[in-house]
Amino acid sequence: MNAPINISRRTFIKATALVAGGLIIGFSIPYAKRFLMPGAAPDAAPDAAKDAPKLPAPNAFLRIGSDNTITVMLAHSEMGQSIWTTLPMLIADELDADWSTIKVEHAASAPAYIHTTYGIQITGGSSTTWSEFDRYRQAGALTRALLVSAAAEKLGVTAESIKTENGFVISGDQKIPYGDLAEVAAKIETPKTVTLKDPKDWKIIGKATKRLDGPEKINGTAVFGQDIHFEGLMTAMVARSPVFGGTVKTFDATAAKQIKGVRQVVQVPTGVAVIADNYWAAKKGREALKVDWDLGVNAKLDSKIMLEEYRKMAATAGLPAAKAGDTKAALANAKQLVEAEYSLPYLAHSPMEPLNCAVKIEKDSCEIWTGTQMQTTDQLAAAKILGLKPEQVSIHTVFLGGGFGRRANPVADFVSEAVQVAKAAGVPVKTVWSREDDVKGGHYRPMYLHKANIALDANGMPTAWQHVAVGQSIMKGTSFEAFMIKDGVDATSVEGAADSPYLKSIPNYDISLHTVQATIPVQWWRSVGHSHTAFVMESLIDEMANLAQKDPLAYRRTLLKDHPRHLATLNLAAEKADWGKPLAKGVFRGIAVHESFGSFVAQIAEVSVTEGEVKVHRIVSAIDCGLAVNPDSLKAQMESSVSYGLGAALQSEITFKDGMVVQSNFHDYQVMRMANMPKVEVYIVQSTEKMGGVGEPGLPPVAPAVTNAIFAATGKRIRTLPIGNQLA
Amino acid sequence: MITLNINGKEQQLDVEDDMPILWALRDVLHLTGTKFGCGMSLCGACTVHLDGQAIRSCITPVSAAAGKKITTIEDMQNQKIGQAVQSAWSEIDVVQCGYCQSGQIMAATALLATNQKPSDADIDAAMTGNICRCGTYPRIRAAIHNAASKLA
Ligand code: FES
Ligand code: FES
Repeated sequence: MNAPINISRRTFIKATALVAGGLIIGFSIPYAKRFLMPGAAPDAAPDAAKDAPKLPAPNAFLRIGSDNTITVMLAHSEMGQSIWTTLPMLIADELDADWSTIKVEHAASAPAYIHTTYGIQITGGSSTTWSEFDRYRQAGALTRALLVSAAAEKLGVTAESIKTENGFVISGDQKIPYGDLAEVAAKIETPKTVTLKDPKDWKIIGKATKRLDGPEKINGTAVFGQDIHFEGLMTAMVARSPVFGGTVKTFDATAAKQIKGVRQVVQVPTGVAVIADNYWAAKKGREALKVDWDLGVNAKLDSKIMLEEYRKMAATAGLPAAKAGDTKAALANAKQLVEAEYSLPYLAHSPMEPLNCAVKIEKDSCEIWTGTQMQTTDQLAAAKILGLKPEQVSIHTVFLGGGFGRRANPVADFVSEAVQVAKAAGVPVKTVWSREDDVKGGHYRPMYLHKANIALDANGMPTAWQHVAVGQSIMKGTSFEAFMIKDGVDATSVEGAADSPYLKSIPNYDISLHTVQATIPVQWWRSVGHSHTAFVMESLIDEMANLAQKDPLAYRRTLLKDHPRHLATLNLAAEKADWGKPLAKGVFRGIAVHESFGSFVAQIAEVSVTEGEVKVHRIVSAIDCGLAVNPDSLKAQMESSVSYGLGAALQSEITFKDGMVVQSNFHDYQVMRMANMPKVEVYIVQSTEKMGGVGEPGLPPVAPAVTNAIFAATGKRIRTLPIGNQLA
Repeated sequence: MITLNINGKEQQLDVEDDMPILWALRDVLHLTGTKFGCGMSLCGACTVHLDGQAIRSCITPVSAAAGKKITTIEDMQNQKIGQAVQSAWSEIDVVQCGYCQSGQIMAATALLATNQKPSDADIDAAMTGNICRCGTYPRIRAAIHNAASKLA
């Protein structure tokens, strides 16, 4: 049996339901201090004792109705990663609930739902499941304890003599459904401790479980931000500067206003908004609109020239990110040297659902409907624009048609703009972005250039690693800056490189960073810094193995001998992919392993190159993320990461010419499609290690696994992404 | 005024002739199962059937649908192939964010209507116009094979 957990200090709170005859479990924990945003907690943490029984609404984590339904509130946003199922699994298991009675809702934007580690309401960093593993299980266990007490009282038996199973409290031959006890349970005093189940008693956690949002997503009824509609809601499209940082000089709306269905044209800080009855009218109105732009300082921006500048910067060391020994001396004594430069482009997230946000402003309140990954930031931004208190702004989170980081915007870009438009127009407005707006809209994964000089000894093993990274900082200017930037080094610029496990076995290393002061808006893109560092590190290791004339798997095993979780994934992937055994003619393997977001992933790619055309046939993945709460959604996330990462590696890039983004839609910003998608196999390391994430860690190794296979196939080392037609 | 036949029902719409079917469905009739992804026939999110053929509703004006039958995701549960596809989708737990899935299902049902046993190559050809940013492709492929066997 697990030890009881003291919950009094964790401020569980409960109250009679606001709806007739139910039980609501509220649960709030003291704010995490680590990343707390200025102004994020309007009135500091609610004091449970003082506030009980009146709840500082909203704060419900689960609600049991007298009809036996159990509604779980999600403190995080569902964007495909399946937390709509995973978090309820945690509650349902501890509660011994009947899985078929579980319903799910996105929680409101409120202090109770602040991330247990990050201090704001956010979905990101592949952190939802591990960060909620305790909180949601405890909410379930507490609710169960209350229901048991209620039944004991009702039946006049001891709580110890009562069992729970599948939504029923059972005492002797009596079976009472949870719904019948909800009202009584709501009046019972909250226990001081709860005991969580021993993992061996889990019935749902750890079992492949079907998605609860599946049915509505296959019959078209699931509601995304794009689908929000109510009487009086207008559609707006904003004409934005073609160059980042540009501003409106003048505009002429005469022609735009003549388009049938266009109602208003208003200027907002980001450009000029056309407000219309529907998208089609707004789009035509925007096309007819004439805007004279002051293009500002970026008017000459050219990514080719920028990359040249990065190259020059990489010739000298940047600010130190990690350092040991005497790298210079060791390089001078090298038996063999790997000298290489790698570069990766800007990337757009391009979630399937273009950005949108519906806003309704009243005298003392504002309601926002959108798919967001970062409610707190959006709420604060809207409140500031409108001169309201944060709690006067409510955000209704709806399903996100993909996020990948884009919908966690550090400056609340798409929400702020929508609020500005609604404010200027004086009517409820839904701003809708076109795909072109999305592709050209910035907040990209930054372009990076890495230069490395690595010394090998007579045995081909590394003795020194000198490495300079050059690129824009993601965290600079965000609320995370104070925590993520130390001595000028943004940790996310060098994560996966400066903390690489390979360095641990090398006596001399010098990893440094030049942070470029460009004004192109950049943002976390699925796997953040790892999206470039893993490609660089795992390619370099392959270059070293090749120079040392060693098998790339064996070489990695030697370097990672003290890193059991890396080794476990490498070994599992190698076994499942039959590493070392012959393949079909013309097919070659490449391997990569990388840790990110607390999880470890090894991937083996099988690739052929025919007349310059790369075909990826199969990706074998092995992951150690600690406990796999829902193994099937874990597999889905790994498949997803391969698709997203491989699509980018093969074809995607955002480039600039004459200040403007060159690409505009899916014909020139190319992404993974069915015909290019390899077979993906996912194997899970049975692990009791610390839990990590699953939404992102499958992405970083895929590009290097594929380019390492291309090297095996052709002898050509791909050092620039995307692969594009470099082999033609 | 234009009359459109949508999921077997005649509807009168007061819209411009050049309005794409997508926006007539979504913004005028509030039939929002059909999604907007690119507006340029590049992603398939807006796929509906016009007289049984999969078309991109984002570039097909309402005028092109006069006298024809439009079928959307909302009607799939009433059709034999639609039911098989949806039940395969559910069995294999295909969806992630779900945003592309209406279009995927409409493309898959159109494929199965003309090809009862599609090969992997047939699936590639029929489905490669439908982007899924969540990368549900392997499951879509498996679900199409599964639906085909259900219908056999
Ligand atoms: S929205 Fe029609 S094909 Fe993309
Ligand atoms: S399920 Fe998200 S785009 Fe396909």
